[in-house]
Amino acid sequence: MTGFKVPRYAAMLVMAVFTLYFLTPLWWLFIASGKQDGQVTEGHALLPDNFALGTNLSDLFRYNDGVFLRWLANSVGYTVGAALLGTLLAGMCGYALAKYVFRGRELIFNIVLGGVLVPATALALPLFLMFSKAELANTFWSVFLPSLVNPFGVYLGRIYAAASVPDELLEAARIDGSGEVRSFFTISVRLMAPAFVTIFLFHFVAVWNNFMLPLIMLGNERLFPVTLGLYSWNSQVNQHPELRALVLVGAFVSIVPMVIAFLSLQRFWRSGLGAGSIK
Amino acid sequence: MRVRAGSIAVLLAFSLGACSSGSDDSSSTEAGSACAPAGAPVTLTYTTWIPGIEKVVDVWNKANPDIQVKVQTGPNGNGGTYANFFNQLKAGNAPDLGHIEYDALPSFRVQDGLTDLAGCDIVTQSQSKFIDWTWNQVTFGEQGHVYGIPQDAGPMGLFYRKDLFEKNNIPVPTTWEEYAAAAEKVKAAGGYITNFSQSDINQFAGLVWQAGGHWFGNDGTNWTVTMTDEPTKKVADYWQGLIDKKLVSSVPPWTPEWDNAYNSSSAWTWVSAVWGANSILAGAPKTSGKWAVAPMPQWSAGEKVAGNWGGSSTAVFKNSKHPYEAAKFALWLNTSTEALTLLNKEAQLYPATKEGASLPALKEGVEFYGGQKIYDVFAEASTQVKPDFTWGPTMTKTYADASDGFKKAVTGQETLTKALEDAQASTIATLKSQSIPVKE
Repeated sequence: MTGFKVPRYAAMLVMAVFTLYFLTPLWWLFIASGKQDGQVTEGHALLPDNFALGTNLSDLFRYNDGVFLRWLANSVGYTVGAALLGTLLAGMCGYALAKYVFRGRELIFNIVLGGVLVPATALALPLFLMFSKAELANTFWSVFLPSLVNPFGVYLGRIYAAASVPDELLEAARIDGSGEVRSFFTISVRLMAPAFVTIFLFHFVAVWNNFMLPLIMLGNERLFPVTLGLYSWNSQVNQHPELRALVLVGAFVSIVPMVIAFLSLQRFWRSGLGAGSIK
Repeated sequence: MRVRAGSIAVLLAFSLGACSSGSDDSSSTEAGSACAPAGAPVTLTYTTWIPGIEKVVDVWNKANPDIQVKVQTGPNGNGGTYANFFNQLKAGNAPDLGHIEYDALPSFRVQDGLTDLAGCDIVTQSQSKFIDWTWNQVTFGEQGHVYGIPQDAGPMGLFYRKDLFEKNNIPVPTTWEEYAAAAEKVKAAGGYITNFSQSDINQFAGLVWQAGGHWFGNDGTNWTVTMTDEPTKKVADYWQGLIDKKLVSSVPPWTPEWDNAYNSSSAWTWVSAVWGANSILAGAPKTSGKWAVAPMPQWSAGEKVAGNWGGSSTAVFKNSKHPYEAAKFALWLNTSTEALTLLNKEAQLYPATKEGASLPALKEGVEFYGGQKIYDVFAEASTQVKPDFTWGPTMTKTYADASDGFKKAVTGQETLTKALEDAQASTIATLKSQSIPVKE
């Protein structure tokens, strides 16, 4: 299998095409958010003319007493909180399943794995009825608590812990008198750091983009995450067309936190995915 | 194990479907429930999607310390709020009051989700304040039942490009025959008379309403579905003719392309509801000052009949513990001058009351329409809407089915009449599948 070598420029070309392919919609959104009064078909689709992003942004943040800022803050609250706690829970759970042998371990793991197969959308209505019984529907907790659960994270955590945390190391820690919890937080967490970042990113994106659960759970606009808020504006574009500009610029602003999260964490993520493959 | 987990998913999906489509037969023949003041301070919850509603409710809350209203807003009815209402009715935590459009009200009544307000004196005494046909929209024409308080109306008129009609010497059509003739001339001048909407089935219903058609009926026990009655066929054939001759465009409505059709002077008229005034204003800013409004074209010269597109009510849900206070608030919201003025200012709602038509804001000329007092046209139209048009209990599905057919019709694959026949058949099937009695 020697002899065939992909020329460097060909590889670059393929990557350039894909980069263009993925970035064009983003660029379109950026240009569209700058159009005056949401007139997206006016002027050039991919070149800025009459660029009014500043005005649109200030309209966005002022509309309805700045409710958009509130939605952004809610999204950050739901997402960062749930992703941090959820990552810790998933990581601990995966670690326990990988490192401790106990009865029913595989059963539990398989049930959790089954959870990956159940779309979150299908669970929204049963969850609503349960939270209604507990009188927690239409509260912060009704979105936050279900968002903590991340079966895929447990799966990743188990695979990664099995591969990257040597039993011998834990044995040594035990002999040195370290308790299980201390071993986990001082040794295993560090070894599993790339897995934690991966789980965190997946979880972050899932919760940030979650839509069905808040739609069904929340009636109070002040509790909406940004996805639901933008959707509710968009649903009124028919009778209130002035909202279209806000939906566009709002959609643009709402992806910024995700871009930041990815750019700042991708270093760890890359090493995480790579490390798993070598083992 | 994996297989089993998969079947769990299927089971869950199943129960979800069962939950959302299950229906209880209504037993709403009982007279209006008791409607007595609580005699103590109460707090009501109210869910709507009217922009700026908070400002209106604040006015009420300041004046009524004993009846405080907590307002919640979200997506529009079909965008999720109706589904939420149904879920909340099941879970027993629906708000006291909810915003329900006229065409969705029967579905809530069939599911027994509404408080019959006929037991409230304050409600029955207010009947005379409302325009007759709007009252029928919330009573379904039944004596002794009131399922909501009319909030706004969508009387229809003809928005047209005054400048282009004058420039091309085309008389403003007063009958549908003249409208079709104008369509030919507009086409010759390089435009389209209008954009035929492939998905606004409720707009088409407004045209049918004007022509005297009836899509649904209820004799107290059974529903009837007649989406292919003579007037409907007349309307369908008429528009089919315009589509066949390519005199109308058919870009999808409520999209940027649609705005562009008006903004770039490609579409010259729009037969639409009063709230459409704001849609053109915001969607086609380049055409400011060039529009005017005339009464809807008539089927026979000299007639004065209008259609209606849209409009909604404020309903009190079944599990509300304070129907009296809820009704009191709903009446204030939808009849008092201060509330109607604010609703019109914040959300361009057009009142359903007789006096509402004389709000100062509705007596002014509108710059976008060349300073014309356009609301005078709609005030008159509002009194010309026939009172006997009833909506069915599964309108969302009916709209979707008809829209599927309309989409094919505008591309020439089938006809509007065929689309309506299909929609009728699938509506009857839907009613049966929900165990709603239907007579064929």
